[in-house]
Amino acid sequence: MRAVENALDITIPDNARIIRNLITGIQYVQDHVIHFYHLHALDWVDIVSALKADPKKTSSLAQAISDWHNSSTDYFSEVQKKLKTFVESGQLGPFANAYWGHPAYKLPPEANLMAVAHYLEALDWQKDVIKIHAILGSKNPHAQTYLVGGMAVPIDPNSESALNTISIAHMLTLAKKAKEFVEKVYIPDLLAVASFYKEWAQYGEGVGNYLAYGEFPNDNISNTDNLWLPRGVIKNKDLSKVHPVDHEKIMEYVTHSWYEYKEGDSVPKHPWDGETNYKYTGPKPPYEHLNTDGKYSWLKAPRYDDMPMEVGPLARMLVAYASGHKRIQEVINLVLKKLNVGPEALFSTLGRTAARGVETLVTAEMLTVWIEQLIENIKRGDFRVHDGSKWDPSTWPKEAQGYGFHEAPRGALGHWVRIKDRKIANYQCVVPSTWNGSPRDAKGQRGPYESALVGTPVKDPNQPIEILRTIHSFDPCMACAVHVLDAEGKPVTKIRIV
Amino acid sequence: MGHRENDHIDIVGRLLKRGVSRRDFMKFCTAMAATLALPAGFATKIAEALEKARKPSLVWLEFQDCAGDTESFLRANKPTVAEIVLDVLSVDYHETIMAPAGKQAEKSRDDVVKHQKGKYIAVVEGSIPTKDGGIYCCIGGRSALDIVREVCGNALATIAVGACAWDGGWPAADPNPTGAVGVKDAVRGITLINLPGCPMNVENLTATIVHYLTFGTFPATDSHGRPLFAYGERIHDHCERRAHFDAGQFVRQWGDEGHRKGWCLYEMGCKGPETYKNCPVIRWNEGTNWPVGSGHGCIGCAAPRFWDTMTPFYKRLPKVPGFGIESTADKIGAGLAAVTAAGIAVHGIARAVKGKPKEKETTE
Repeated sequence: MRAVENALDITIPDNARIIRNLITGIQYVQDHVIHFYHLHALDWVDIVSALKADPKKTSSLAQAISDWHNSSTDYFSEVQKKLKTFVESGQLGPFANAYWGHPAYKLPPEANLMAVAHYLEALDWQKDVIKIHAILGSKNPHAQTYLVGGMAVPIDPNSESALNTISIAHMLTLAKKAKEFVEKVYIPDLLAVASFYKEWAQYGEGVGNYLAYGEFPNDNISNTDNLWLPRGVIKNKDLSKVHPVDHEKIMEYVTHSWYEYKEGDSVPKHPWDGETNYKYTGPKPPYEHLNTDGKYSWLKAPRYDDMPMEVGPLARMLVAYASGHKRIQEVINLVLKKLNVGPEALFSTLGRTAARGVETLVTAEMLTVWIEQLIENIKRGDFRVHDGSKWDPSTWPKEAQGYGFHEAPRGALGHWVRIKDRKIANYQCVVPSTWNGSPRDAKGQRGPYESALVGTPVKDPNQPIEILRTIHSFDPCMACAVHVLDAEGKPVTKIRIV
Repeated sequence: MGHRENDHIDIVGRLLKRGVSRRDFMKFCTAMAATLALPAGFATKIAEALEKARKPSLVWLEFQDCAGDTESFLRANKPTVAEIVLDVLSVDYHETIMAPAGKQAEKSRDDVVKHQKGKYIAVVEGSIPTKDGGIYCCIGGRSALDIVREVCGNALATIAVGACAWDGGWPAADPNPTGAVGVKDAVRGITLINLPGCPMNVENLTATIVHYLTFGTFPATDSHGRPLFAYGERIHDHCERRAHFDAGQFVRQWGDEGHRKGWCLYEMGCKGPETYKNCPVIRWNEGTNWPVGSGHGCIGCAAPRFWDTMTPFYKRLPKVPGFGIESTADKIGAGLAAVTAAGIAVHGIARAVKGKPKEKETTE
């Protein structure tokens, strides 16, 4: 959409900018909380150990770190009872065959019980706060409101069929609820859990290069200096310099990917010239292993300035931190201080998980700011949501090309489009998980997942929870599972891709 | 059978809630056998009968998908997903939410297929690529086709959630490079409930499951295997903007007076007159909103092969007269196919306008 708007030189109305910020913003907040509690926490939290917790001590712990209302002894007893009933039913469902009791779990039973309680609370919370997404975008998941040129949700305070005072009041209530949970539950839990796992600041570093396209325009998107989350590149962990992003420097290799380029597989291609020609060379299923010397992945290998890049909340927070974003510096410094670690701790599995929390907090704070911007526009009588000047394809030039940048919750997402005779001549997406999960390139450079696993100690190759911690910290966009193969004591991983 | 089974669910549920452990449960069965003066071996039989009171196991498979249906599942509210996971079903395999990975995760799946044969519910999300020996989607070295046949072939019933698991959805859109199909074309001879939509509305999934748990049968379906309670009526017939259609009041431009006043979106390409689903009745996110309610037309995501048949999304449906649509509804489908061919020039652009060729990345 931004790619087409860029190609056709369309400027969206200010209300459309704000609505897009709000939809993306609530998505960050909800998605990151789900990631922490439901997709990542069980790598750190031992559910079974929570059965041994003393609810009274759990209550004291919870009250010591937060003034969240659900913190009484009775409350935690009730949760523990529910958990006990569940475990004793013998049907552990999604929690069966996991790694409970593994020595890598370090939390005391009380912290585990607190986390289990919040795991359940977060499930109920997320389905409510995401209603902002439905108010503005019709439904969640898969909003149906984005248009080239703006948004399809009308604004009119005097209509019952448009964004009106009722919708705004509803959104303000939900934004408050979103922020409160993040401040009082997610962040305190994150800090409490992290304090027991500080050694994870040494593992999972990855490639040390970070790319952020930036997001949440404060005004027109073409003004790339005025994004609330700034755009930039950090190379080799050097926080003293933020390089500008030049989209021409983005190239994709297929050397180790199941594709072929007409001009050979060792030369990368810019997405405008990108090709997607399948060339599967792997074994016939069912198979046990892939030959990683040859092609071994359906992901291409995107590189920036010929370097692998990590994208996602950590990249965004580092770029913001190094660019002098005041609020983000403040929160990151606070987190570092609470954990008693230096900024170098950010380049790790722990840093990645902490950065996601920082981003959730600062984004949750912005929700009401954006809603207020919307209110200001309405006050001025500005109800515009769409620029229809290029809606009719007959107004388009014979040929056009464009690109659009977005920061999805899990990282930098770019679309490139070439339009010829009002049809798409080429369309390429370079998505966050291809940056992070990329196979090696022609030079043999590893992508972030692969690099991050190098040097990770694994106590028991049959229970590779340590590997899950690092892979999950990236929030991979794929049903991800890891198989550990004992090859001369070195863990070799195989990531399954759906 | 359904009723008896549900009685058992209550009995054992109550026992468990009172803190009866598995060991005590076996003692109870032995004592029961003794009381009834049955041979000792009957304790196991009683246990087996009561085992039926186990929460039904659920195996959720993801193939060529964007996890949109999984996300939708997390928005469940009647019952909530926490209640489903803890009290209603045993969600034994779901790659996105389960704690174990790799071999341990596979064990969870294999245990159900082996020990609960014919008793568990399978849910499939995403399409299944059939071309070139299934290489386009392999999980743990096995093709999606291999997995879906084993898991669904041994299940009590399969629920295909979302457009992709129904008829291939997006991956199967022309030119369908991976030979993607839905469950109905991948596994034959199974009990299959289809809940198309992009994504499926979780209320229809929980209702289907609750229907089974309550009545012991699956809900009645149409010729596409879609439950009548959710896909029996046309969006157009329950649309809150229908009166504007009948009055000839149409939105002509995004943001115009008609758009702000909630007039009919037919001219803006709404596919409500061609789509059967209960969106206008149950809406989304606990009744918060739905596409037409937010000012955007229906894109027909619950209709067959909607990426090919319902695009261009912003071009109005052909041959729908301004008034009295009821008399011609059956003919719309035929007219539509012809216009799809004519509209192919902007077909690609319509996808770009939608903006997210792979919604996975931007949505989750």
